[in-house]
Amino acid sequence: MKKFPLQRGLKLFTFIGLLTMFCSCVNNQKESTYEDTVDIPASREMLAELTSPPNVPRGVGRRKAKKLIVNMEIIEKVGEMTDGVKYVYWTFGGTVPGSFIRTRVGDEVEFHLKNHPDNKLPHNIDLHAVTGPGGGATSSFVAPGYEAKFSFKVLNPGLYVYHCATAPVGMHIANGMYGLILVEPAGGLPRVDKEYYIMQGDFYTKGDYGDRGLQPFDMQKAIDEDADYVVFNGKVGSMTGDNALTANVGETVRLYVGNGGPNLVSSFHVIGEIFDIVRVEGGSLINKNVQTTLIPAGGATIVEFRVNVPGTYIIVDHSIFRAFNKGALAMLKVLGEENEKIYSGIQEEGIYQPEGGGIQIIPTDNGDVVSEIPAKSLKERMEFGKITYQQTCFACHQGTGQGIPKAFPPLAASDYLNADVNRAIDIVLYGKRGEITVNGEKYKSVMTRQVLTDEEIANVLTYIYNNWENSKAEVTPAMVKSRRENH
Amino acid sequence: MNPTFKIVFTFVICSALINHIAAQSESMTIIKGGTYIPLYGIDSTTVTVNSFLMDVYPVTNRDYLIFVEKFPRWNRSNVKRLFADENYLINWERKDAFGNRLLPNTPVTNVSWFAAKKYCDCLGKRLPTVDEWEYAAMADEISPDAREKKSYNQHILEWYETPKSFKNTIGSTFVNYWGVSDLHGLVWEWTFDFNSVLISGESRKDVDKDSNLFCGSAAVGATDLMNYAAFMRYAFRGSIDANYTGNSLGFRCVKNIEIE
Repeated sequence: MKKFPLQRGLKLFTFIGLLTMFCSCVNNQKESTYEDTVDIPASREMLAELTSPPNVPRGVGRRKAKKLIVNMEIIEKVGEMTDGVKYVYWTFGGTVPGSFIRTRVGDEVEFHLKNHPDNKLPHNIDLHAVTGPGGGATSSFVAPGYEAKFSFKVLNPGLYVYHCATAPVGMHIANGMYGLILVEPAGGLPRVDKEYYIMQGDFYTKGDYGDRGLQPFDMQKAIDEDADYVVFNGKVGSMTGDNALTANVGETVRLYVGNGGPNLVSSFHVIGEIFDIVRVEGGSLINKNVQTTLIPAGGATIVEFRVNVPGTYIIVDHSIFRAFNKGALAMLKVLGEENEKIYSGIQEEGIYQPEGGGIQIIPTDNGDVVSEIPAKSLKERMEFGKITYQQTCFACHQGTGQGIPKAFPPLAASDYLNADVNRAIDIVLYGKRGEITVNGEKYKSVMTRQVLTDEEIANVLTYIYNNWENSKAEVTPAMVKSRRENH
Repeated sequence: MNPTFKIVFTFVICSALINHIAAQSESMTIIKGGTYIPLYGIDSTTVTVNSFLMDVYPVTNRDYLIFVEKFPRWNRSNVKRLFADENYLINWERKDAFGNRLLPNTPVTNVSWFAAKKYCDCLGKRLPTVDEWEYAAMADEISPDAREKKSYNQHILEWYETPKSFKNTIGSTFVNYWGVSDLHGLVWEWTFDFNSVLISGESRKDVDKDSNLFCGSAAVGATDLMNYAAFMRYAFRGSIDANYTGNSLGFRCVKNIEIE
């Protein structure tokens, strides 16, 4: 019985003890404020976690400033720009963009830059987060098979680009030598549900977009700023289909977005979302409710938005031909319950044609207005068809009928096209929506009805069928007319 | 100044080697001298290069093995760290044999500047200067100065981008106007004054002491901004020290023409 009060006493004592420890723990985390970030002491050593895009390392949270060891390996290697197109990338950490580096203000970064022995060229790194001449470039210049070590203290919070700055600088950047380094403020950025790493870059190849094989860098095109590819994360389709970014309804998504250039400025936009917050140019200025934000070449931005409605959100450079013709397109798939209060989904569907106004229809109805020369031979039909193709079909199906992967199906060597001529005529006449499979790939987009005369449709389809390894079928105006009447 | 330049070699009699590598020493070709404007320098700076003899091919593993056999102090185990770093001949199977991993007629790589210089010395030759090398290398198959041609630049850039070309055999690229083979497309080559581009005698650069090949200064110092291939060579030379060795770094020798 005498034991009892003693036990209670012990318990109380332990409780107080734990409480004190807990309090002191919290106190440790609270950090004294420094007027000048130079004065923040860096305690202990820590190996930096580096991640490949589109992933980012864990946030710094409430950790104190540390001596952060960064090991970065430079690898020159052949990669795939898009299906069938290879390119020699020069990379920081084996990926384009290079590995994501996450630091906090006051960290003393010890940077080890390793140039793989099989590489051909010397490289270095210029980190925009560095205060000092060359941003580290002069101290990190390293020959193949060697390692350079230099140190710097990160003083300014923000999202910064790093890149190679060895002559010819433009070429090193054009081949993919860029990435992002994040400097979080003391205490870290506010927590969000999902974080991703995206970086835009423009590429210049000897062949045109989609030309197959190993494509070398084209110096003249780079100087003319005439990009063949404008892509996110180093290649066409890096974040589409199975590789799409994901989030769930109700989550807040934060994107760390950089622009490596070398030449082009990005008009960054997510179709169907409004950025709740933009940390303008990756700095401390916060803008709210932004549709499209500009990212300079060699600059970055942080955007945050809450996803409320499920579906696929397309991430683009809103200089929109880059998105649909040069590859600057990524996807964010949001899963979860529909919220019809915010977005109704399709309530009614159908292709709209301004029949009432009749502007586009009248010429075909009224023979007098049509001043069309009918084609007299297959050769003429092909010639006229080519003109119509350039005016009407080219934008989506592309110059040699190759289409655009995952967006617009190919007309070249197309099994779908060659299987059924009448179906092809119908699609031109009445449009097409819904999923189709062409050469094994699924496409789900809309083609509107084309306002063309029977003669024009006959010509353009004949042109398509007699090019690009298609079936060489000839389509006549009579065939088109019969499909019109059939409908 | 690079202090390594000041190191004086101990005198070694190497005439014996001449007989052994006689075949190699014979295959030299005349580069007829002339003037040219190098990549770095002010616009009006022309450089005059005297006529000289240049090896047709880069020095091969087979050639270099003979050298190492004659002079064991230059084999992998004995070489002084001051003269060659840890990667010296690292891809050879043994200190005295390159083995099966390398072909005898691929260029020898992972050799330092000191080793390359000694090799040439022993044959009564020397390493080419940057100016001599660049002068000989601005030729394509048909003209002595092809730098104006778009295709010339583009071809060299493509070779620079091709990984692991040091595994290709000598003679596998092209023979240029002078009859020299493989100046572009196989390996980088040591030059006698490889790091001199960083130390400029040109007044503008000496004022701001910023003649490195980074960012802006690369563009400020250059005369031909389109010559990306040359930028890359100069950048490479700037990145190495005399005891460095690399998988893609080999050499060839040149010789003065005796005036009789």
